Amino acid sequence: MEYILIIIAAVFVNNVVLAQFLGICPFLGVSGKVSTSAGMGGAVIFVLTLAAIVTYLIQHFILIPLQIEYMQTISFILVIAALVQMVEIILKKASPSLYQALGIFLPLITTNCAVLGIAILSIQKDYNLAQTAVFALANGVGFALALILFAGLREQLDLTSNVPKQMKGYPIALIVAGLLAMAFMGFGGIVK
Amino acid sequence: MKEKIQIIIKGIFAENPTFVLILGMCPTLATTSSAINGLSMGLATAFVLMLSNLTISLVAKLIPDKVRIPSYIVIIAAFVTVVDLLMAGYLPDIHATLGIFIPLIVVNCIVLARAESFASKNGAVDSIFDGLGIGLGFTLALTCLGFVRELLGDYSVFGHKLTSGDGMILFILAPGAFFALAYLMILFNIVKRKFVKK
Repeated sequence: MEYILIIIAAVFVNNVVLAQFLGICPFLGVSGKVSTSAGMGGAVIFVLTLAAIVTYLIQHFILIPLQIEYMQTISFILVIAALVQMVEIILKKASPSLYQALGIFLPLITTNCAVLGIAILSIQKDYNLAQTAVFALANGVGFALALILFAGLREQLDLTSNVPKQMKGYPIALIVAGLLAMAFMGFGGIVK
Repeated sequence: MKEKIQIIIKGIFAENPTFVLILGMCPTLATTSSAINGLSMGLATAFVLMLSNLTISLVAKLIPDKVRIPSYIVIIAAFVTVVDLLMAGYLPDIHATLGIFIPLIVVNCIVLARAESFASKNGAVDSIFDGLGIGLGFTLALTCLGFVRELLGDYSVFGHKLTSGDGMILFILAPGAFFALAYLMILFNIVKRKFVKK
């Protein structure tokens, strides 16, 4: 039950992108097409979960015993960068087809603030290892959900030509994102 | 000196990180629920930008090309940690409101983008001024956005209530951030177009 609550809260109520504003850059940048968004979403789910588990282990087995918690930011970002590189190399060898699908998105993930943000958040929330993994996975799914929904909306938007000239491009995309955020606010009462 | 001032002005208007380069959107949207929050987030980022630009311009020639990006990130992360600890010590209230977005300055695309595209190719003094200009441009954008959201959402300016009443809460909440930024962006584009014509 506890895990279900974490999942619902992370995917719908406190959606990473639409409520917590993490990972806005890829959200606005990559979301032109549904297919690319699905690829990006998959890559983020994967890296986010892995990164949260690894950073949890680092925090609890290296930083806290040595009392160097102030090194958190530096060590986490280094680990995430290394992890992304490693995932890229392993995928290339082990599963070329998956690499083809996710490959180009992987380098972008290092600077996706959702990854570092969720890693730090799950430590601030004092989750244990299992909770951290579930929390990260759910947030990855939330990110993918928002990205794919938004891409679907933008595909439709491109088909209509009567967008005012000043609003073309980013402004209209931001307004659509705002409407989507409003729709997600409707989930607000589900989890206290 | 005139050149230096031009670098700063370029950072504020022609290459404004928020309205023109569209970089660093996460803190822009997340920390601007009031003008003061936007201002302090902007200044924290500007501080990191100036120091990281300075350091990177000094050491850029010593770093092998292949490990360039990770080295830049470590330098940036070191300064972010400095800012994080300083704010926790001297400004605990603001540190608590900005919360997770202080350590997240590390992954703010603006800082790495300036390191890569300006500081690694230019001298130390120019790099400091570039950091200052871009930092001020970012601060200006965040303060404007915070100002608008606070005014509409709470009827107050920098924490001072103008009239009684609750305001349009939506502008303090997440959707309002997107709407306010969209309309400010349109306004900025119109003003810029008029300015450029003259």
